[in-house]
Amino acid sequence: MELTTVWFLLVAVLFTGYFILEGFDFGVGMLLPVLGRDDRERRVLINTIGPVWDGNEVWLITAGGAMFAAFPEWYATLFSGFYLPLLLILLALIARGVAFEYRHKRPEASWKRRWDTAIFVGSVVPAVLWGVAFANILRGVPLDADHEYVGGLVDLLHPYALLGGVTTAALFLTHGAVFLALKTTGEIRQRAGALAVRLGVGTAVAAVGFLTWTLSIRSSTAAVVFAVGAALALLGALAAARVRREGWAFTGTAVAIGLAVATLFAALFPNVLPSTLDAAGTLTATNAASTPYTLKIMTWVAVVFTPIVLAYQGWTYWVFRKRIGVVNIPQH
Amino acid sequence: MNSWGLLVDALDVARWQFGVTTVYHFLFVPLTIGLSVLVAILQTLWHRTGNERYLKLTKFYGKLFLINFAMGVVTGIVQEFQFGMNWSDYSRFVGDIFGAPLAIEALVAFFLESTFIGLWIFGWDRLPKRAHLASIWIAAIGTNLSAYFILAANSFMQNPVGYRINPDTGRAELTDFVAVLTNKVALITFPHTLAGSFLVAGSLVVTVGLWHMMRNRDSADTGAYRFATKFGSWVVLVSATLVVITGDIQGKIMTQVQPMKMAAAEGLYTTESPASFSVLTVGSLDGSRELFAIKIPYLLSYLGTGDPNGTVHGINDLQAQYASQYGAGSYTPIIPVTYWSFRFMIAFGLAAAAIALLVLWSQRKGRTPTSRWLLRAGLVMPVLPLLANSFGWIFTEMGRQPWIVFGEMLTRDGVSRSVSLTEVLTSFTAFTLIYATLAVIEFKLLVRYARAGVPDLTPDPAIDDSRDDAERPLAFAY
Ligand code: HDD
Ligand code: HEM
Ligand code: HEM
Repeated sequence: MELTTVWFLLVAVLFTGYFILEGFDFGVGMLLPVLGRDDRERRVLINTIGPVWDGNEVWLITAGGAMFAAFPEWYATLFSGFYLPLLLILLALIARGVAFEYRHKRPEASWKRRWDTAIFVGSVVPAVLWGVAFANILRGVPLDADHEYVGGLVDLLHPYALLGGVTTAALFLTHGAVFLALKTTGEIRQRAGALAVRLGVGTAVAAVGFLTWTLSIRSSTAAVVFAVGAALALLGALAAARVRREGWAFTGTAVAIGLAVATLFAALFPNVLPSTLDAAGTLTATNAASTPYTLKIMTWVAVVFTPIVLAYQGWTYWVFRKRIGVVNIPQH
Repeated sequence: MNSWGLLVDALDVARWQFGVTTVYHFLFVPLTIGLSVLVAILQTLWHRTGNERYLKLTKFYGKLFLINFAMGVVTGIVQEFQFGMNWSDYSRFVGDIFGAPLAIEALVAFFLESTFIGLWIFGWDRLPKRAHLASIWIAAIGTNLSAYFILAANSFMQNPVGYRINPDTGRAELTDFVAVLTNKVALITFPHTLAGSFLVAGSLVVTVGLWHMMRNRDSADTGAYRFATKFGSWVVLVSATLVVITGDIQGKIMTQVQPMKMAAAEGLYTTESPASFSVLTVGSLDGSRELFAIKIPYLLSYLGTGDPNGTVHGINDLQAQYASQYGAGSYTPIIPVTYWSFRFMIAFGLAAAAIALLVLWSQRKGRTPTSRWLLRAGLVMPVLPLLANSFGWIFTEMGRQPWIVFGEMLTRDGVSRSVSLTEVLTSFTAFTLIYATLAVIEFKLLVRYARAGVPDLTPDPAIDDSRDDAERPLAFAY
């Protein structure tokens, strides 16, 4: 396989990992006001992701770094072109990251309320905007022959992209609810499980609509297979959530998100950022790539370190596998 | 002029944004780098001796470390995205080389530290004692490792090596990755930056320890604070020594690879051998007149070349040389900025070391210091090396101007063409506002937790051991 294809796959894998992992973080953040009825309950929710959210976010940093190293043109055009959405995502990630750490650092209710808002807003904004961004990547954006973005903000906000935003937010909500049902005890667990079932139906409608629309814009055999798989996994997750098989439900939403992201990348390949204007402006895995020498070095680094990272991150999830509930939250 | 009718353009704002956000990121980074190791050492002492004093100090400084760490993380993400957002032509030009260390940093170092910090924070009752100790060490190593890769990337901008320019695309292409990682600028920048970071971390340890020791003379924890104060002071003195030694070497390498930066550090207009170093200059730094200056003969020659009589090239000669080499234009950085930032770096750093000496002296033979002046000096202590670090970077980066990659690309050619002034102004304003707010919050929290002192380790009576494991409260929870 061409190294450029390998790196296209690796970037796809990194974003897939990011959306599966930070997806439930975002879901938990969005559900904070819904499922956490008092301070201790909200602390239970936050503590289900406490030890792992930063490690999950590094998937994004690595995906960004991998894009920069392997496809500098893609990184440069995309990040400068999607300037304002990315700015909002960054502000959200800042507020949210600090909030987890600082929320319990003072006893005042007003202090906690403010950080709760930061966690909620900081989770909703990226959950929606990532969908908008990826829908635009798939559909293509106005690029001139120098691969410069020549559109404005409104060019990024069309119905397909908005549906993309709704879909990612809905997927992450369901994924988060299922995750909470898996990781908590007592009443929160019941409520999260019931909510997952209710959310799941709407999510399935949005996801099937979005993926179908996606395949009508751009498609490949693999993309169709992945999209069907994503829909089936989501339905499986729903069924499992109904009968309170929480482990299976979580596996289902994780696989559904993974396959949905895979659908986008499979439909996109070999392009990485199509131009809606001049065909010469289209960025592909070949014309956006670094030199073979750089790709070769990066391949070796990835081959050696990715399994190590997966091993110790997996181990962390094992260490913190226990469910938690209101009884486990210390007084201060 | 532009649609805003202002005298600024997107380039100016992008530069200000980069300077502000990077300097801001680097307010938190030195503490993360230094304190992670110091906390790991304290925890190791506890394991080795079983003395609870060290456990208390571990938990206490660990808490301050985490308050700071959160800010390092969230400001770092901005840095990583900013190259693409504001400096996309730069990213296109160097991506083949510059992206690799950034990606490796994330894969090799950031995963390590973020995962193991999580294990350390929440793992007090979940991990065997040794595995818990290992987590803080692994996180600390990851943190220090991350500094290497990012500094190797920065060093490429200071002294490009291991690349060629592709004549067809006009882009820089990697030819030798080992050369990039062993860039002589990177090899010396790394220890200098680490030493500067430990200077900050040691200073914070001293400040807090000294304050508690002097305020509560006969508390049960005075011994712990006394130890912390001494420990921190030694860390400061050792790192100050290392910072001077490495800085000296850096000066020589800088004179080889960027002679203009050395001339700009002194405001030296004409080539001199031997050249003297001015401690301060009153008057104009544009070379036209000088009202008053305190000069140390031979020092600049020594700093730049290792020979007290060595030749240091002046700005005028270098400017003429560059103009003939690279075409007409100014290749001179802003002299007052480089001149003063270089001096402030040295002065503020050494001032912290001087205070550490005083603190150690005041504690000789088991004495407890009483001087109010010492207490005041102790309180400003961590601010000094923080300022020194910021000025060091301002010197390094402003001294490289007008280049973004020395000799290869001008800063003004690196900016994103597709990003409008309105967009950059929006992001600059947004980042400045959120950063300023968070600075106030973080500072207050640090002070609050520093004042609270070491934790009480007597077990909480609310936790009764008879309850089974599933119902026991977590040792730590957000
Ligand atoms: C506490 C911090 C601190 C202290 C006390 C010093 N430095 Fe420093 N210096 C830094 C912190 C720093 C820094 C912020 O870490 C920099 C910025 C880039 C770098 O490599 O380190 C730096 C840069 C820097 C450079 C620029 C390198 C370049 O651009 O290539 C030189 C020549 C020196 N230093 C030399 C010195 C000397 C001779 C010092 C004392 C006698 C000294 N520094 C004290
Ligand atoms: C090691 C990683 C670093 C990289 C890759 C880097 C990169 C850059 C780039 C691309 C510029 C040009 C843009 C401009 O002129 O504004 C720049 C300038 C600058 N950087 Fe860095 N930098 C690094 C580290 C730092 C650090 C740690 C600091 C400070 C704490 C810093 C402070 C500055 C400042 C003050 C400028 C000048 C801003 C100006 O020109 O107006 N840099 N740097
Ligand atoms: C301008 C270039 C820089 C970029 C792109 C950058 C990138 C980042 C990123 C993405 C993070 C967050 C990591 C996380 O989520 O865990 C971070 C944090 C950090 N950075 Fe920077 N950084 C820059 C400059 C520097 C410099 C010059 C140093 C050290 C010399 C440094 C050292 C650190 C450390 C120690 C942290 C602590 C938190 C952590 O790693 O998790 N950074 N940086």
